[in-house]
Amino acid sequence: MHIKTDDYTIRYEPESATAFFQGLLRLDGMEAYQPVMDILLNAIESASSFTINLRDLEFLNSSGISMLSMFVVKARDKGTVNLVFQGSEKILWQTKSLKNLQRLMPSLKLEFV
Amino acid sequence: MTQTSVIQTFGDFTQQIPSSQEYLTLHFSPSAAARKRRWGNYGLSADFLGDYFAAFFPGDELPDSKINQRDTVKATVSYIANELLENAVKYNDDSTGLPVSISLHLYEHQIIFHVVNFATPAIAEQYQAFIRVLLSADLDEFYMTQLEKTAMGGGGSSMGVLTMMNDYAAQFGWQFQTIESMPNVVKVDVMAYLNV
Repeated sequence: MHIKTDDYTIRYEPESATAFFQGLLRLDGMEAYQPVMDILLNAIESASSFTINLRDLEFLNSSGISMLSMFVVKARDKGTVNLVFQGSEKILWQTKSLKNLQRLMPSLKLEFV
Repeated sequence: MTQTSVIQTFGDFTQQIPSSQEYLTLHFSPSAAARKRRWGNYGLSADFLGDYFAAFFPGDELPDSKINQRDTVKATVSYIANELLENAVKYNDDSTGLPVSISLHLYEHQIIFHVVNFATPAIAEQYQAFIRVLLSADLDEFYMTQLEKTAMGGGGSSMGVLTMMNDYAAQFGWQFQTIESMPNVVKVDVMAYLNV
């Protein structure tokens, strides 16, 4: 399961239960993020833990942040999945905005490198 | 011919932007190309503005950060310019044929972003209602309330403005102007101030 365009790639790796985000993501509103959301929701269908690796995602617009927050709340309400976000201290939006997602789901683990 | 107009301002709005050595304005004509194609151009423009203004800053290390000053300015300008443009375009009334514009003015310790679009009176009214709530709320609390609302599927939560204010510490001012000769058009001026 993956999406690849000139600007970004999203790739789900079932063996490690990890979704890798790369590039620049600024889609036109939350509706445009539905295919991305579908990949994430599919991944937590049966998994007990799930990792989102954002370390190569240089840009995410606020609609994308909203999409991630929606996913976090869905995972929280499901109540059975351990969620990990992997970020980079060298990418500004991650240092600014990821910690707020943790406030939606206190058990969400943030791993910065 | 003299024209009368009705003006409302909110927040920290500067009528006369002080002159600066370095400034840039980009205009976007609303009907020049398909929306999908244009959308890509806003991102490219935001990145260009980030690169352009970052070049005026040194690559000095910043305390408590692994990102140097130049790269911090680049990423911040690019984020803010992109969000401001996305909002301006989203709430623009393309039928006026009037362009959306974004200007950046550089000062020694500040960058001022000025964005103009033209909206229908109904859209402008909705925007003003949001601003009134925003300005009377505790920012951090309002941010989390709106993030939760967005997460539950409630649209129109304006996370763009909230992330710019809360995560990037941008200050805002707004002006809504109705011109008598065009009663169905409201000129919306948004100013964002970023300390650098």
